[in-house]
Order: sequence, then structure tokens, then C-alpha cells
Amino acid sequence: MEKKRYELNVQLAQMLKGGVIMDVTNVEQAKIAEEAGAVAVMALERVPADIRKDGGVARMSDPAMIAEIKKSVSIPVMAKARIGHFVEAQILEALKIDYIDESEVLTPADEECHIDKTKFSIPFVCGARNLGEALRRIAEGAAMIRTKGEAGTGNVVEAVRHMRTMNKEIRQLIGMPVEEITAFAKTNGVPYELALEVKKLGRLPVVNFAAGGIATPADAALMMQLGCDGIFVGSGIFKSSDPASRARAIVKATAYFNDPAKILEASLGLGEAMPGLEISSIPEDKLLAGRGW
Amino acid sequence: MDAIGVLDLQGGVLEHIGHLERLGIKVRTVKEATDFENLAGLIIPGGESTCISKLMRIFGLEQALQAAFRSGMKIWGTCAGAILLATEVTGEEAFLKLIDMEVMRNGFGSQLDSFTYEATIPSVASVPLPLTFIRAPKILRVGVGVKVLLEGEGYVAAAETENILVTVFHPELTGCLAFHRYFAEKCGLMASRREIPVDPAWDRTSWTRLARLS
Repeated sequence: MEKKRYELNVQLAQMLKGGVIMDVTNVEQAKIAEEAGAVAVMALERVPADIRKDGGVARMSDPAMIAEIKKSVSIPVMAKARIGHFVEAQILEALKIDYIDESEVLTPADEECHIDKTKFSIPFVCGARNLGEALRRIAEGAAMIRTKGEAGTGNVVEAVRHMRTMNKEIRQLIGMPVEEITAFAKTNGVPYELALEVKKLGRLPVVNFAAGGIATPADAALMMQLGCDGIFVGSGIFKSSDPASRARAIVKATAYFNDPAKILEASLGLGEAMPGLEISSIPEDKLLAGRGW
Repeated sequence: MDAIGVLDLQGGVLEHIGHLERLGIKVRTVKEATDFENLAGLIIPGGESTCISKLMRIFGLEQALQAAFRSGMKIWGTCAGAILLATEVTGEEAFLKLIDMEVMRNGFGSQLDSFTYEATIPSVASVPLPLTFIRAPKILRVGVGVKVLLEGEGYVAAAETENILVTVFHPELTGCLAFHRYFAEKCGLMASRREIPVDPAWDRTSWTRLARLS
């Protein structure tokens, strides 16, 4: 990818700051999301909660379904490719969607390698649990980062853990003498220059959203107050009892994340949130955040 | 009346604040109806126009903006901001209807069709300026009394009236300070660094200075 193209891709993510990206599985949901004020939609066949329930191999969604959704909205459309599945990514690029999520929610196609994202013109967002993982993905060409959280659980605890971990490690880097950066880069398997850049900037050089388990307006505002640039909501909207109201409420709470009175207002009369899952009740091999490295 | 506000609901807010600060212009974020008071000008940033318009409507910012505009506040809309200011939006209902033009959302295609180029806009600066179009809208028609500042092939990219400036591209995503200086002058404010059309110290990560971990 040429430098200018990468810059444009990072900048599209910058324009999404302070917004909510919503998982949708059909045209009707995409329209509800757009109408509610989503800044982008993630087109996929099943929301993570259903992928978790159904088991089996989760792959890239039917391109015809993604194309239908793309036709029905004017906001950016994202779609997921399996970790390491560069041909799924090639198909999504040929489909001319706006962003690819190389996602642990789908079954990984490669347990060793992620996609070489520098080979593509289309932008990629990737999940990360910590600073090292975020920087490895950026080194591979990701133009945007999100926390992994634990998708499809309606439980925000993992997203909080990942964001706090990233913040803690960035603060350590800020306080680190330059000569220790080499050791940090070696331990974390990241390029020295990227680690140095984070130290200099005092944050990731690209936009960082929260994802994985966000189910309420309060969850969204919590992640924003922890320093995220915006929010992904997967199962949280269309697995709740009143998706349109909940979608609007999460948009409001994300925009006014520092205003408790407005978050309160957004939290009233929403009906049932999606059912939540205790992380400790999930068998180790069913946890999604451990996919990719 | 010595500050420019940046509408702070969603999108490229920090990038505009950074540019105004580079020019030594007083800047305030605008998030509540009362924040419109005593502003010389307002920037509606790029982002998603549906998101920004819904939030403006829900929280009563729409009337406050209209009232401030009637009392003389100038407005500049970039990208999504330009869509919100138009009297006509292809295929959907227009929002603020403050400048007579028709605009088509996402007029160039997907992100793969986003692009940059340089052009000279004599009213704004005498040197070529870098222009960044990201899933940009197209201005298809402008009404009588709207001055075209820059035209592309089959569309208008920048236009103005006495009180409104619209650009479908993003000067705040380049080192270009000329548009911010131009808008400040429109608002009756003086930028401290008049002579610099493009800041050589700017780079892609400059916005992060305003979003460091606290």
C-alpha cells in the first residue's frame, strides 16, 4: 500500500471518532442502525452471540448479503475476514466495501500469520488485547485498532481489561528511558520505531475503538471515559428487546460520554438488554479473544 | 465574539481545533445549546452527517445554531458539515438549509475511491493547496448568489456565500492552514500566522497531541 493510501485509510477512521459502529445482519437492521446515527455498519451473517451459540466454523459472510447492505445505506460498510484469510480479504476488497475487520469472532484460517495488510488498498481494523498486539497489527498495515473484548457475551469486563492494559503499557512506555525501548520492542515483538512513536505521541498513532461485550449506554460511556476513540456494538443492539431505541441511546451516550445527566437520560426506558454471559462460565476453548496473537 | 467554535458531537473535531490553535485563534468546543453564545464562527466538522444531525435535533442544538446564525455567526462545513448546510440533499431530506446548493452524499464511491490532489484556489491562497477527499460528497448545483471557489469534473468542491463556507474536502487532514485563516477572516478575526498557507511541521499524527492519555 502506498503511503498516501494508508494515510487516507487512517483518516477515514479519524472521521468515525466519537461514533458507534453497529453489527447488522440484513438490510432492515442496517437501515435501523443508520437511522439511529451509527457512523458505520459491520455487515455479517450472524451476530457474535449467535456464532458463539451455533458453534462450527464461522467464515466471511455471503458477499451477496454484504452487497445488499452496501446498497441500502450511505454510511461506511465494514465486513469481517478470518484472521490470516487473505483471500477473503481480497474478495471484500473486490466488493469495494469501506473497511475490513480481520476478526477473531470468525474462526481463524491461520494460527501463525495474520494478513499482510500492506498488500491491500482497502483499510483494515484489527483487535488487540494489549499494546504489543496493537503495534504488531499496525506494523502489518492495520489503519485502525479496536479492543478484542469478549464478543457476543454482553459482558464488558474483557474490553475494560484490554483497554486498561493498553493504557497502562502506553504509560509505562511514556515513562521509559529511550535505551529501554529496544528491550520493550524485543519482548513484545514490535518494531522499535513504532514503540518510539507511541512514547513520543503518548497514545496509539491510529484511532482505537472499544469492542467486545458492550451492551448498554453506560458500557459505551465507560469505554469512552477510559480513553477509547469510539465504540463497536455487536450483539448488544439486535439481541436486545428494543434495538432501535437502544441503538439511539448508545449513540447519545457515546457522544456525551462525559455528561452523566445525558447518559442517565439515554439509559431510561430501553427495555431488556441482551442476556449476559459470565466469562468464567465459558469453556477456555470457546473464548474468542485468545484467537490471533 | 472573538472565538470560533467547533461542533463537538462526532467526527474530525480535534483536527480542526489543532489547526485553529496553530493560527493562534481562540477556539471553543460546542456541545450544548448555550455554547453557541458569542461565537464569531462555527465549524461543522467531517464525520457522519446522519449521526451529527440526529444528535443536534435530539439535544436542541439545531434551533440554537439557527438563532446564532441569524445574529451573525458565520459557519464553515467540511464534508459532512457541508451536507448539513445544504438546501437540498439528493434522495433525502435536507437539514439546516442555509446555503442554496444540491449535494449528493458519498458522491465518489467507497473508501477505495477516496483521493488527494493539489489545486490553486486564488481567493484563498496564491500557492497550490493539498486537498483530501474522504468518501466525500459532491456539490451538484449551486444557487444564484453562491460563489464557487473550486470546481472538479462535474461537481463543485468548495463554495461560499457572505456567511457560509463549504468544502467537501478536509483541510484539517492536511498541513493546509489557508482555509482556516480564510474562514477566520470571514469571521472578522485575525490569524497570527498569516503568511503560512501550509504548515511544514504538520504530519498525519499531529491530531494525537489533543488525544494523549491523561
